[in-house]
Amino acid sequence: MNLFPTGAPSAFSRRRFMQGLALGGVAAGLGWRGPAIAQSPPRRDVLDGTQFDLEIGAATVNFTGAPRSATVVNGQLPAPLLRWRQGDTVTLRVRNTLRERSSIHWHGIVLPADMDGVPGLSFMGIAPGESYTYRFAVNQAGTYWYHSHSRFQEQIGLYGPIVIEPRGGERHAAERDYVVLLSDWTDADPEHIYATLKRHGDYYNFAKPTALDFLRDASDTGIARALADRRMWNQMRMNPSDLADVSGHVYTYLMNGCAPAANWSGLFARGDKVRLRFVNGSSMSFFDVRIPGLKLRVIAHDGQDVEPVSVDEFRLGTAETCDVIVEPDADRAYAIFAQAMDRSGYACGTLTPRPGLKADVPPLDARVLLSMGDMMGSMEGASMSGMDHGSMSGMDHSAMKGMDHAAMMHAPAAVTHARAEFGPGVDMRVDTPRTNLDDPGVGLRDNGRRVLTYADLHSIAAPISADTQRTVELHLTGHMERYIWSFNGQKFSDAQPLHLRHGERVRIVLVNDTMMTHPIHLHGMWSELEAPDGSFQVRKHTVVVQPAQKISYRVSADALGRWAYHCHLLYHMEAGMFREVVVA
Amino acid sequence: MKARTPVRTRFALACCIVLVAASPDAWAQLHAAIEHEDEPRAEQPEPPPTDTAAGMPAMDHAAMHGQHGQPAPSKADTVQTDRAQTNPAQAHPVASDHVAPLPPQHDMGAMTAAQMVDVMGMDDDASFGLFTLDRFERVKTDDGYATAWNAEGWYGRDFDKLWFKSEGRRSQGTLEDADAQLLWSHAVAPYWDTQLGVRRDFGQGPGRTWAAFGAQGLAPYWFELGVTAYVGPQNRTALRMESSYDTLLTQRWIVQSRFELNAYGKSDPARGIAAGVSDAEFGLRLRYEIRREFAPYVGVEWHRRFGSRTSVFDTGDERAFDTQAVAGLRLWF
Repeated sequence: MNLFPTGAPSAFSRRRFMQGLALGGVAAGLGWRGPAIAQSPPRRDVLDGTQFDLEIGAATVNFTGAPRSATVVNGQLPAPLLRWRQGDTVTLRVRNTLRERSSIHWHGIVLPADMDGVPGLSFMGIAPGESYTYRFAVNQAGTYWYHSHSRFQEQIGLYGPIVIEPRGGERHAAERDYVVLLSDWTDADPEHIYATLKRHGDYYNFAKPTALDFLRDASDTGIARALADRRMWNQMRMNPSDLADVSGHVYTYLMNGCAPAANWSGLFARGDKVRLRFVNGSSMSFFDVRIPGLKLRVIAHDGQDVEPVSVDEFRLGTAETCDVIVEPDADRAYAIFAQAMDRSGYACGTLTPRPGLKADVPPLDARVLLSMGDMMGSMEGASMSGMDHGSMSGMDHSAMKGMDHAAMMHAPAAVTHARAEFGPGVDMRVDTPRTNLDDPGVGLRDNGRRVLTYADLHSIAAPISADTQRTVELHLTGHMERYIWSFNGQKFSDAQPLHLRHGERVRIVLVNDTMMTHPIHLHGMWSELEAPDGSFQVRKHTVVVQPAQKISYRVSADALGRWAYHCHLLYHMEAGMFREVVVA
Repeated sequence: MKARTPVRTRFALACCIVLVAASPDAWAQLHAAIEHEDEPRAEQPEPPPTDTAAGMPAMDHAAMHGQHGQPAPSKADTVQTDRAQTNPAQAHPVASDHVAPLPPQHDMGAMTAAQMVDVMGMDDDASFGLFTLDRFERVKTDDGYATAWNAEGWYGRDFDKLWFKSEGRRSQGTLEDADAQLLWSHAVAPYWDTQLGVRRDFGQGPGRTWAAFGAQGLAPYWFELGVTAYVGPQNRTALRMESSYDTLLTQRWIVQSRFELNAYGKSDPARGIAAGVSDAEFGLRLRYEIRREFAPYVGVEWHRRFGSRTSVFDTGDERAFDTQAVAGLRLWF
């Protein structure tokens, strides 16, 4: 245990830390500092075809001024872009040169269970010095990504994009096509971050409500209202500013491996249609993405084509992908701005008609606190551990500032909680979750921009499951102070696998009994999100569940084998928010 | 689906008038509906009523906005489900092109939990440790200077931990009063742990050993709270109550208020303890967290002693009420 662990910056170096180095990444780390090289961005290979050789190894990188060791593929961070074609069978020989076990999981790809790359479930992982050959038929198209499924290797660089060309060509023509991979780099050791969260779950939150905030609110709105605003939160020992467990305090947010100062750029000619394939390859971060001055026409989500919808901004959950088409029509640079959900930092880059231009980066939006609806769902009532129900009836509803109607659904859905949810490992339960999908989420509500919601996403393809035969309900649970995360109050190590009969069509209902937003990823099978009325909405591989929200999706259990099912926030997964799903 | 008869329109209008009269929200909905109707549908190819696998006719999603859930905010009215810009042949639901994967060639056999942890690199039941020197300070009293500490640490898993606690005070080269506790801490409720263990008292007078049983946790409104009862030989009993609360002035300037009370079942003259409430402390400490782990502070502590002091150490000039200035360091790792 180190008294002064590396990673967290002091206040004076904070700006460089957030902005990163103009010449960051692997190249800088290797000492290629010639002026000619300094102009070129870090190397990013595009590997095409059906045969791929990938080598997992360590490399020195430098994003903030301090050299650090990263886990990379073929010497690159992010890992090379893999281009496949729908209908091909691909062979990927992955060699591990690390001193520890490694793995690669092909996120969102439907493939045989032993090709899925989850150590312990699909295979034994790739031992140091050994290789594993993945081979599978690619029967889907779109934007996906790949990453390590071993411990914290994903956090320190092992992630890369996958683009699969549709059999019949792209549905939407575009003159330019760029992958925009967002990630969260840290100079700190992820083991240290995890241990720190286990000690103090709020360590990285530097946006907590303060006494000065209280005085300001009291003078603005009166002391009674300022007190009422805080009463519920404090009574329940919940923090309304808890939007991200790990923040810009230790993260430098990257766009295609470039810190903001390095300014990743994509070129366009006036009038071009530009396809941007956004991938959230971060470990713990949600990004709110926009390009000031341009409408984003969303054409695919999680690789699946959707009915196009034009928006100003979208929130991209960890592990989600989103394809948009933009048509820059002015002879100027446009900023691609991806601010972290907790507003503690941002990734950004530039779309530009000429190399070397840099657009003005907009300021970070103001931080927004969670609303009562985020804690209580439909507002009809909620049970928090140790909370006095009687005291709620006397709650002054009119006094709740920041109460957000978008966060509340009118028809509350009653739920029952598993027994383990009443144990010491769960700090909150929501009895009347909301079910609406048309809420962009905390920080994006009523911000004056047209923001994408799941209610806007409609798959073009018909659902795989026309109906369902049974329903499985799981609750997303946790305890912020103890830093425990689980399903139904049971950590992975305490839980039995979830068994699905081969061929059955299941409706999975997720109820978020926490105040955090969780991206839930089922391996091997699609999650076909339903609208609140039960009709098919959109096909996803990672479903974001907002606080106090209840959602449902259909799963066709057509993939034999053992599969991982987990929250894609890496530290939540490691802390137990993981289940094995067995299809037999 | 498209053709709306005048009768239906009139009926809809009538309904709307009633609704609008009833609530302003409904007006927003009506407004939204009308806007959608006004969209230039004629330019779009008529989607044939294809049945999807779900058995639902191809539906007009644009017309559905603002229907489910909340009355959509007005911005939602600008939803552009711009089918007209796409290839019409692809604009409506197409059959699923999903292909189920082949079964795995190699099945993973069963593994023990330990093997699983090793192979997956995922251990949700690992042990962690924390050592906190909550107060390590120089104290200025009316009688001179002293050094005081309050330290605690734990090691263990989520629900079961080994706790260590110690507090004490040294002045003029001698250990005045100190104790150390070793406790097994077990989580029993979301914010509460029970603690069971031993306490040993050091310092002036004979050492005392106690069995300890208590509860510790986080009370509503973020009060850290601990209550421990002690039982020792010769029918000695004691009780300690501690509470602290952090007030954030800013993210780094923090005021810690703390309160501690000690009570004893019978007097212990050899250690200068009278039966009943023996002493109470209330302290305010303003710290600056240079890092979360490292914070210097200054503060003031009020110290009140109760009961008559008949101890052999009682020099007669020890005051029952003392206001002390403190300066120190809080750190943890």
